[in-house]
Amino acid sequence: MSEDLSEFHAVFFEEADELIENMEAELLEMLGDPSDPERVNTVFRAAHSIKGGSATFGFDQIAKFTHVMETLLDQVREGTKQPSPDLIDLQLRSTDCLRVMMAAAKGEAEPDDVLAAQLLQELETMLQEQGDATPDSEPDAAPDSPSLDNPSLDSPSRDSNSQTWLISLEPGPESLKTANDPIPILAELNNLGTATITLDQSKLPAVDDFNPEQSYLAWQIELISEADEDKIREVFDWIDVSSKISMELTTSAPDKSERLPESASTEPAASQDHPDQATAQPDNQKSADPEQKAKPPAKTKAVSSIRVGTDKIDKLINLVGELVITQSMLQEEGDKLPPEIVEKLQSGLAQLERHTRDLQENVMQIRMVPISNAFNRLPRMIHDLTNKLGKQVELTMVGEQTELDKTVLESIGDPLVHLVRNAVDHGIEDPADRIAAGKDEVGSVELHAYHEAGNIVIEIRDDGRGIDTAKVLAKAKDKGLVAPDQILPDGSVYDLLFHPGLSTADQVSDVSGRGVGMDVVRRNIQSLGGNVEVDSKLGEGSVFTIRLPLTLAIVDGQLVTVNQQTYVIPLVSIIESIQVETKQVNSIAERGKLYRLRDEYIPLVRLASLFGMHNAENSEQLMVVVESDQGKVGILVDDLLAQQQVVIKSLEANYKQVDGVAGGTILGDGTVSLILDINGVIELSRNRINTSQAA
Amino acid sequence: MDAQTSEQLNTIGLEHHQGDMSGDQFLTFMLAGEEYGVDILRVQEIKGLAGVTEIPNTPDYVLGVINLRGTVIPVVDLRLRFGIEALEYSKLTVVIVMRVQTPDAERTIGFVVDTVSDVYNILPDAVSESPDFGTEIDTSFVRGLVNVDDKMVIVLDVDKLADEDCL
Repeated sequence: MSEDLSEFHAVFFEEADELIENMEAELLEMLGDPSDPERVNTVFRAAHSIKGGSATFGFDQIAKFTHVMETLLDQVREGTKQPSPDLIDLQLRSTDCLRVMMAAAKGEAEPDDVLAAQLLQELETMLQEQGDATPDSEPDAAPDSPSLDNPSLDSPSRDSNSQTWLISLEPGPESLKTANDPIPILAELNNLGTATITLDQSKLPAVDDFNPEQSYLAWQIELISEADEDKIREVFDWIDVSSKISMELTTSAPDKSERLPESASTEPAASQDHPDQATAQPDNQKSADPEQKAKPPAKTKAVSSIRVGTDKIDKLINLVGELVITQSMLQEEGDKLPPEIVEKLQSGLAQLERHTRDLQENVMQIRMVPISNAFNRLPRMIHDLTNKLGKQVELTMVGEQTELDKTVLESIGDPLVHLVRNAVDHGIEDPADRIAAGKDEVGSVELHAYHEAGNIVIEIRDDGRGIDTAKVLAKAKDKGLVAPDQILPDGSVYDLLFHPGLSTADQVSDVSGRGVGMDVVRRNIQSLGGNVEVDSKLGEGSVFTIRLPLTLAIVDGQLVTVNQQTYVIPLVSIIESIQVETKQVNSIAERGKLYRLRDEYIPLVRLASLFGMHNAENSEQLMVVVESDQGKVGILVDDLLAQQQVVIKSLEANYKQVDGVAGGTILGDGTVSLILDINGVIELSRNRINTSQAA
Repeated sequence: MDAQTSEQLNTIGLEHHQGDMSGDQFLTFMLAGEEYGVDILRVQEIKGLAGVTEIPNTPDYVLGVINLRGTVIPVVDLRLRFGIEALEYSKLTVVIVMRVQTPDAERTIGFVVDTVSDVYNILPDAVSESPDFGTEIDTSFVRGLVNVDDKMVIVLDVDKLADEDCL
């Protein structure tokens, strides 16, 4: 492979991954409802595209493998094979193998040749079954032939609305250089109706004068089609301008037979009229691929998206962030001017504000992707899991189109898989137990995604056995996580589930309970600024609720001042803000201060001393009660300012990670304000107390 | 430049910035009466000191962070960094924003100095090693000394200034 191709490789891999995912999703759908022919088509097209791409880039093994997959799918498409569960399962396993092959092609993994060979064998075997039903579709020939088979050759005027068009196509001499391949166009015409294509090679020069980069060919096409002129013209939309195209409506019925024989020698005509010869075609790179691209019968949607690197989008988001700051700066200045003088300026500023906000919203929108990207992995997993565990589970997904930031999406995949796996493994009972419990034999796992107050909420709901709090508690006491005589409310017991090293599965299966458990799930979710809650009813099922910010680039914050500095406290960690009542402040050994908040004592944190500020003076009138998984603390503040969304700027980029600080942000006046990391603050304050006690 | 001129320049050792553009250009600044030089290619901009936000639990000489057109960058007071007595900041206090190379990344850091002085062309050969002061003075971030118009200019190794132990 030459160096130049490497960037196309990346695109190919990315597309291939997507295609494999699509295949998988459709195959799983087919398991449920094998009747929809469009599903088979989709899988077929995906397999085909991968084949084409891998052949182009020289990944011959992948091409060969997908070719066989595709051949089998094609038989399903044609109706010569039934999409039996076995067949679908084999295809599913093949997609797995494809993934491995792709990873190997990327150089990320070792190729598993044994598995590939074995699957190939299985695929071939399945192909051979009922092989006589498709005499013409020998594996090698099949993928190129079927849909180009002209079904209506014998009945040229199958419909009274059909019209006969005489079209002549002469690609410009330079058209090959611009990668204009006439073959897909000819094939597409065939999809519109019955096309009889004649090659005009009269312009072919003598061998000595022949320039391989130049096009000398022209075609005469007689098209019998119901399509109107615009529709037919559309087919030629993509051909380069130097090509000559003419269209003309005739009334006379065509006489096909006269034209056929001579066309056999030409490539496109050959593949249309003589499918079996497809493989005998010259070793032309184009022969297999473009023809098939035209196969999906006019169903191809218009391309309405482009691929853009996320770094470009991030840059754009940064710039818009800057714009927002500049805008609010202007606004502040503008507000200072007497309105009667600068009325126009004021209205301009107001407009600017609206536009900036719209712009920001829209730019953020670019990074948003539907959560279905994360959900897509789940049906397959459940399919495998239920097979392995002998359970029956129906997965329902609601709100797959709910959008969230791409970075959040990327990080939520694993926790989600883990929770769903848990639901199936621990939650849903065996069918026998379910019947005994008077439930439907088929368990249900539901995923709900929706937006709520700037967050995305994902609920994972199962109707399984629920969480046995007594069992969890016993286990926790067993492990010394809870004192033997301690009594905990249910809520706290559920919290124990997220404690490292607590797995309540009676048997540690290879499905779950391997130790990398719920604590990791919770940590991952918290590191995204979200949280996860559990609710459960014994015997009826459990609900895990994940709440995540829609984006990591912006946080909803409460602005507070401490010692003349403005800090941002993420709203998600704030429980309440209250006026400090001096009589409720208690101290322990003159060091740590506690505040009696209703029926609990919470430690008080003085940011100024915690952060080692110069000339610290706290008025300490107000307290913001915040919570993390480490507990609650009250942060003493001088003043509460506005609540607003702030754009998070990294401190590490130019400085380093600072304990207790999640990042910086730039306020409307252009100054930097630090965003508190509540976990860090609590840790800092604990260490502070500990060291002062040690001292 | 031909070999001969290059040789001539070598013997001269140094050229003022209006003259030949050979050698490296250095921006110099004043700090308690001493003149320090830094590679001008590392200097991104020079700006006034304003709007500094303190960072928790940092050494004295890290004044805090400022907003440099949307990027948050730390500001280091070089006086304090060198253990020189602090000077009260005024409207004329200057921050030299420089790009420094640390082992893991390129960073942008602002350095507070008394005043910006001049720009010189200095040939690499003209920079002499700084004498070892032993433990009395930390010279790890001094790249060398150079004589300009009978003044001594201390050439700083900017990257060493931003060592993570230092910040």
